[in-house]
Amino acid sequence: MTHSIQVKDLTLNFGAVSVLKTMNLDVAEGEFIVLLGPSGCGKSTLLNCLAGLLEPSDGEIWIKGKNVTWAEPSERGIGMVFQSYALYPQMTVRGNLSFGLKNARMPRDEIEKRVARAAEILQIGPLLDRKPAALSGGQRQRVAIGRALVRDVDVFLFDEPLSNLDAKLRSELRVEIKRLHSRLNNTMVYVTHDQIEALTLADRIAVMRGGIIQQLAAPQEIYNRPANLFVAGFIGSPSMNFLPGKTVDGGRAFEFAGNRIGLEGYEGAPGQRDKAILGLRPEHLVMQDTAEPGLTLPATVEIDEPMGADSLVWLKAGGQPVSVRVPVEKRPRAGQEVHLRVDIRHASVFDAGTEERV
Amino acid sequence: MAGNTLGARLMRNLNAKIAAIPMVTTALVVFLGGTAWTVLYSFTNSKLLPRNSFIGFDQYERLWSNSRWLTSIQNLMIYGILALVFTIAIGFLLAVLMDQKIRFEDTFRTIMLYPFALSFIVTGLVWQWILNPEFGIQHIVRSLGWDGFTFDPLNNPDVVLYGLLIAGLWQGTGFVMCIMLAGLRGIDDDIWKAARVDGIPRWKTYLFVVIPMMRPVFVTTLVIVASGIIKLYDLVVAQTSGGPGTASQVPAMYVYDYMFQAQNLGQGFAASSMMLLSVLIVLIPWAYLEFGGKKRG
Amino acid sequence: MADLTATAIPSGPRPRRRLSGRNIMIYGTLLIVSLYYILPLWVMVMTSLKGMPEIRMGSIFSPPVEITFQPWVKAWAEACTGLNCDGLSRGFWNSVRILIPSVILSIAVASVNGYALINWKFKGSEVFFTILIFGSFIPYQVMLYPIVILLREIGLYGSLSGLVIVHTIFGMPILTLLFRNYFSSIPEELFKAARVDGAGFWGIYFRIMLPMSLPIFVVAVILQVTGIWNDFLFGVVYTKPELYPMTVQLNNIVNSVQGVKEYNVNMAATLLTGLVPLTIYFISGKLFVRGIAAGAVKG
Repeated sequence: MTHSIQVKDLTLNFGAVSVLKTMNLDVAEGEFIVLLGPSGCGKSTLLNCLAGLLEPSDGEIWIKGKNVTWAEPSERGIGMVFQSYALYPQMTVRGNLSFGLKNARMPRDEIEKRVARAAEILQIGPLLDRKPAALSGGQRQRVAIGRALVRDVDVFLFDEPLSNLDAKLRSELRVEIKRLHSRLNNTMVYVTHDQIEALTLADRIAVMRGGIIQQLAAPQEIYNRPANLFVAGFIGSPSMNFLPGKTVDGGRAFEFAGNRIGLEGYEGAPGQRDKAILGLRPEHLVMQDTAEPGLTLPATVEIDEPMGADSLVWLKAGGQPVSVRVPVEKRPRAGQEVHLRVDIRHASVFDAGTEERV
Repeated sequence: MAGNTLGARLMRNLNAKIAAIPMVTTALVVFLGGTAWTVLYSFTNSKLLPRNSFIGFDQYERLWSNSRWLTSIQNLMIYGILALVFTIAIGFLLAVLMDQKIRFEDTFRTIMLYPFALSFIVTGLVWQWILNPEFGIQHIVRSLGWDGFTFDPLNNPDVVLYGLLIAGLWQGTGFVMCIMLAGLRGIDDDIWKAARVDGIPRWKTYLFVVIPMMRPVFVTTLVIVASGIIKLYDLVVAQTSGGPGTASQVPAMYVYDYMFQAQNLGQGFAASSMMLLSVLIVLIPWAYLEFGGKKRG
Repeated sequence: MADLTATAIPSGPRPRRRLSGRNIMIYGTLLIVSLYYILPLWVMVMTSLKGMPEIRMGSIFSPPVEITFQPWVKAWAEACTGLNCDGLSRGFWNSVRILIPSVILSIAVASVNGYALINWKFKGSEVFFTILIFGSFIPYQVMLYPIVILLREIGLYGSLSGLVIVHTIFGMPILTLLFRNYFSSIPEELFKAARVDGAGFWGIYFRIMLPMSLPIFVVAVILQVTGIWNDFLFGVVYTKPELYPMTVQLNNIVNSVQGVKEYNVNMAATLLTGLVPLTIYFISGKLFVRGIAAGAVKG
C-alpha cells in the first residue's frame, strides 16, 4: 500500500497552547479520511497544516512521497474546499475556476478543457457565466469543489464543506461527494463535526480531542468498539448509556446497582476492576416483561420520544437514566416496570480511571 | 367617531413622538427648510439683511465672473482631486502594510491616527511653522550646506496648495487607513487561503480579489473624504489665510467673507448654493449606487 | 550520516531570516511614515520649550538647550487677541462652557432619537432619519445664515446657549446613526418583555436601554468632545469675540499681524489647544477607533 499523506510527529503550538501534539497519521492512496471531533479539537488545524496554510512547530508532512513541510500550498498537489466557499465574489464561476490556472500560465485550451471537465462532473455547466452572488448555497459549494477539481491534484482537503447548508442540501451534497470520490478515486481528507457525515463518507475516521487522535478506524469499528469513553460518547445519536459499576468474578460479570450482568460473549478481557463503566447503545437493549438473571436489568419507564420509525424510551435503572430504542408499536406506559435485556456482544466496558475500553 | 380614531392615532406612541420633536425639527426646519431658504434667497439682492427682491440669476452671474470665486473653485478642484487620490491611495497602502501581521500594530496605528484627533486649526498652525522659510525645513536644509535649497510653499502662489496638501494628508490619512484596515480585516480569511492554494501571489490577490471586494468601503470612504474636502475651510484659514494674495482661497471662505464680512448676503447665498450643488454631484450617484442597487436586488 | 542530513530535511517551521527583504520594506516604510506623523508633535513640543533667541539660532527639530516654561505661561495667561491680553485661558474656559452642555444635550437627544427609531417606529420616522443622514452631507455654509435668523428669533444669537443648540443640531445625524445601529443590535425580545411587564417609553429607555449601552455612550462622548472642541466655523459665526472658543482665539493669537511673532508662545498655545482632544485620544485608545469606524459605516 502506498501512502498518499504521511504526518510524522506533527506538533503545533500557538504560544503556550499546544493545538496538535506529536501527531502521526498515514493516509493510503485513494482513501477517504474524515477528521471528526468537537470544535477546538485541532481537526481544522491539522487540515490547514496539511494544506500548508499553517506552519507546524515541529514534525514533517509528506504528500505523495515528497516532504512538503516547507512547500507552499500551491506546490503541494492539493485542492481545498472551504466552509465559507471562499469564492472570489467579483469573478464569474468560470473566472473562479480558471484564476489559479491562468496565474500558473497554463495554455488556454488546457484551461478550457479542465473547466469543461469540472463543469461536467459537477453539473455546473449552465452556471459558468454567473457570479457567485447569483448562486444558491449548494451551487456555490459545487463551484468551490470545482476549483479544487480543475487543479487536477491527488489530494482533496475539505474543511467542513457542508456546515453552511441546510439539512436537505447537506445530505444531497454528501452523496455527491461520495460519488465524486468513487469516480475520481483520489485521496480525500475531510473535516467535520457532524458524525453522520463522518460515518457515511469515511473509509476511516480519526476521532480527535485536544490535539490528539483518540481513535483511527473504520466507521463500524469506531461505532461498535470505541477506544475510550470520549469516542463512545461522541459517536452515536442518541448517545451511549453509561452504567457505572465494577467487574466481578475475574471479569466474567459486571455488577451495577446490585444487579449482575454476565459478560460471556463480550469482545475483550475486562478483568477484575473495582471501578468500571458499562457502555450500552440504545439499540442494544431490549425491553421485556420478565427478568432473566445475569441477562437483564430492572428499570422504570419515565417518558418516551416517538421519532417516526421508532421511539426512544427513557427509563431509570438503578438511579441512572437509560435510553432504549424500541419499535413504535411497543411503546410502554410511563411508570411501567420493565426489564432490559443486554446485548453483551455489542457492549463496551471501560475502566473508570483510564477511560479506556478494556 | 372620525375624531376619535384620529385622536387615537395621534395618541399612539405619543411619548415617542414627543421625544422625536428635536429630530423632526432639525430635519424639516434646519436641514430642509434652511437649505431651501438659502437657495431661494440666492436669487435676491440681499445685502446686509435678507430681502425678498428677486433678481433672477444675477448673483450667479456675478459669482461666476468674480475672479476670486473662480480661483476658489479651481483651487478646490486641484486640492480636492489630489487630496482624494492621495488620502485614499496612501490610506489603503498603509492599511495593507498594517495588515501584514506586523508587530507593534497598535503603536503604529496610534501614531498615524493621532493627527485626526487634532483640529484643522492646530494642524494648519503647526505646518505653517514647519514650512516657515526662515526657521523650518528650508532653513534646516540650507544650514546643512545646501544654500540654494528652496522649499517655501506657503509663500509661493504656484505651489501653496501643495503646502496645504501636506498638512491635509497628515491630518486625514490615518483615518482612511483605519477604515481601510477595518475593510481588509472584514475579508473572509478563507479567501486568502483559497488564493494561496491557487498559488496567487499576495499582490495579485490584493489587486484582483481584495480590492474588488472592498468596493463598498472605497465608495463610502470616497464620499466621506470628498464631502469633507468641499467643506475645507479651517485648515486654509489657519495655515495660509487664503494667501498669498488669493492663491489659496476656497469656496467656503468666499461664502463666509461675503455673508459675514462684506455684507453681501446674496453673493454668499449664491456661492453656498453652488457648494451644495457640488455636493449633490458627488452624493446623488453614490446614493443611487448604494440604495438604488439594493431595491433592484 | 543521519545527523549530517538532518538539517536538510524539511521539518518543523520553515527556516526564515528575521531580516528578510520583505520585513525590511514593511517596517522601513512604516517607520518613515511614522516619522512624518510624529514630526509636527515633536516640533511643537520642542519649540514651545525654547526661548526666542534659541529659536532664531538653532533648528526647529533640535531639543532645547535650556528648557523654559515661560512660553506656556505666556500663552495661557498673557497672549493678546486684539485688545485683550489675558491669554488662551479665556478661550479654554469658553470652550469648556460650550463643550459640557453641548456634549450632554447632543447625546441625550440623539440617543433618544436612536431608541425611538428602533423600538418606537411611527409613521414617517424613517423619512426624518433619512433627511437627517443626507443633511449631514450638506455643506454647513448652506445652513449658516438660516440658523443665524432662527437663533436671533429666539434671542440666542451670539450666546453660548445658541452655540450649544448648533452643536446639538449638527451632531445629531452621526450620533443618531450611532445609537440607532447600536440599539438595533439589542435583542428586540428584551424590549417586548419590558413592554409586557408594563414599562413605557421612558421606563424602558432609562432602565433597560441606557444601562445596556454604556460603551456606545462612551464612544459618543469621545466623538463629541473631540468634534466640538475642534470646531472653528460655528464658534466664529455664532458667538462674539469675548465668547470665542479656544480654536478661534488660538487662530487669532497666532495669525495676528501686529507685534513681533513669538513662535514659542504660538506653539505652546497650539499645543494647549490640542491637549484636550489628544488626551481623550490617548486615553480612549481603541474606543476612538471604534468611534470613527462607527462614523464610516453606512446607515
